[in-house]
Amino acid sequence: MEDQILIATERLVKHYPMGKHLFTALNDITITFKSREFTGLVGPSGSGKTTLLNIIGALDSPTRGLVRVMGQDTGTLSHKQAARLRSIYLGFTFQTYNLLPVYTVYENVEFPLLLLDMAPAQRKKAVLQALEWVGLMDKQKSRPSQLSGGESQRVSIARAMVKAPKIVLADEPTANLDAANSHNILQMMIKLNEELGTTFIFASHDDKVIGYLKRKITLTDGKVVEDARMDLPEGRNTC
Amino acid sequence: MLIIKLAVRNILGAGLRTWLNVFILSLAFLTIVGVQGLLQGFNQQAMDAMIDMELGGGQFWHRRYDRYDPLSIENAHEKMPESLTRLIRKGEATAILMTSGAIFPEGRIQSVVLKGIDPAQTLLDIPSAILQTHGEGDIPALIGSRMAKEARLEKGEVVTLRWRDIFGTFDATEIVVAGIMSTSVQSVDSNQIWIPLDTLREMIQAPGQATLVVLSKNLRNIPPDDGVFVFRDLDFLLKDLTAFIKTKSAGSSILYVLLLFMSLLAVFDTQILSIFRRRKEMGTLMALGMPRTAIIGLFTLEGALHGVLALAMAAVYGVPLLALAAVKGIALPSMTESIGLAIADTVYPAYGAGLVLGTTFLILITVTIVSFLPTRRISRLKPTDALRGKFT
Repeated sequence: MEDQILIATERLVKHYPMGKHLFTALNDITITFKSREFTGLVGPSGSGKTTLLNIIGALDSPTRGLVRVMGQDTGTLSHKQAARLRSIYLGFTFQTYNLLPVYTVYENVEFPLLLLDMAPAQRKKAVLQALEWVGLMDKQKSRPSQLSGGESQRVSIARAMVKAPKIVLADEPTANLDAANSHNILQMMIKLNEELGTTFIFASHDDKVIGYLKRKITLTDGKVVEDARMDLPEGRNTC
Repeated sequence: MLIIKLAVRNILGAGLRTWLNVFILSLAFLTIVGVQGLLQGFNQQAMDAMIDMELGGGQFWHRRYDRYDPLSIENAHEKMPESLTRLIRKGEATAILMTSGAIFPEGRIQSVVLKGIDPAQTLLDIPSAILQTHGEGDIPALIGSRMAKEARLEKGEVVTLRWRDIFGTFDATEIVVAGIMSTSVQSVDSNQIWIPLDTLREMIQAPGQATLVVLSKNLRNIPPDDGVFVFRDLDFLLKDLTAFIKTKSAGSSILYVLLLFMSLLAVFDTQILSIFRRRKEMGTLMALGMPRTAIIGLFTLEGALHGVLALAMAAVYGVPLLALAAVKGIALPSMTESIGLAIADTVYPAYGAGLVLGTTFLILITVTIVSFLPTRRISRLKPTDALRGKFT
């Protein structure tokens, strides 16, 4: 299991039109991610971190190159197949949380399971477990507008984790959080990574995140300039 | 099933936004039904008023009488056959004699149609009894309020009347305005002067003659034509009004569409804005793995459910309101007389099943379409663009 390749990109290029010119967000990225990774894509703003994350998540398509996620070439998937890939294998957390505003915390976390057509009893058990992981059992009936930034991010993580996906793609998960909340969330993710074997890929330039990574991929101007295994920091496993 | 569950959850979760949408939509529905009901009420009342005041249950016309040719009046009268005089004696018909003439109010000349009516008749809603109760002396005349206004005549005023008898000889006398009737039927009012039937018969030297005979609305056995007096049924007599209503219906159809358009514009704006505002939400649904077709179905269903809720809400507060209007009627200002159609002081709206069902259907379809179109457009975006809130 340790060596199973979940994601592979080959000569990935992404251009965005910018006026009359093209902006190159990704430039010839060839990279693989294995199961149980806890990897960060780091680099300055505009280096291509989020773009790479979105393409891996089949939320965006590359201009050139190949992306395989769970053995499937995302470039050849129909909308329905891409939706199914995201629904079954991928969990997302966004910088701006993107919680569904009219749903309660419970309903937000439950939503991915509804798409998987899970049985009600099983669904309830999974939602409560996810809420327990993120410490929001007492906020089940709250709406997103009643939550703090840290709580919203924890709901977002619970929603990504509730279906026990193979891969969680997290875009700047700590960007809007204070230090204490950031550490709490990262420790929780580490716990999930280790207990459930979930692969985490972050896009972040937050030093607090970088300190927790097992692998750090540095991007600059759309290119991988460094791909390094990290030493586990002191207390890395302390949850 | 999931889509229905989510749509209901979204609608209930949106709280005030949902109910505001629903209320606006229900107002649009009621406005359309109310205004169209009023127009239908106009038409129905105009028809009823014409039947009550002028047409009765049908008429026998003298064969030379042509309502479109004023010159035909002079020679369109004759003695009635026994079959018709029998009906008149039994109170199941009443005779009208017509001739042309002129009055000279305040030194001006004004052409009029003189109509002789039996003052004792009760078959038509014309208050002809006024002619009966008037004293000796001048010839009593009954005119409509519109006529009184045009000729600047008031009750009790005397005015010179000139006419020609059946030999073509001009004659003149004074008539006194014995009464002014208020009526919504222009054809018994404008340029019409009603005088006692026997008086008119004497004036034009046409004893026992009539131009037309109005039958009772309750008369079942219509006597056969005798070749001199020809039966005209209500379809024939109402032909002009029916054509007029049809023309007005074309106009009111435009009004209907305009009303629908204006009312739904508010809904359209609300729905479109609401859906475009929710494009990030759609992006989130895509990212969470909801297929495009399911997203379109979800948002479209939400729109349709808004329509259903609006109809339910409209039924709760609208049915009593519309029913009250239908029973009590709606008072109209006097200026509406100039609209060209017989309009009573109070109009009683009439709501046909076609109007209610048609409007219901239209509202539901429109709301569904205005929900479907923007959703389809947004769902075509890449998830990343939808998440960023992009339009194109």
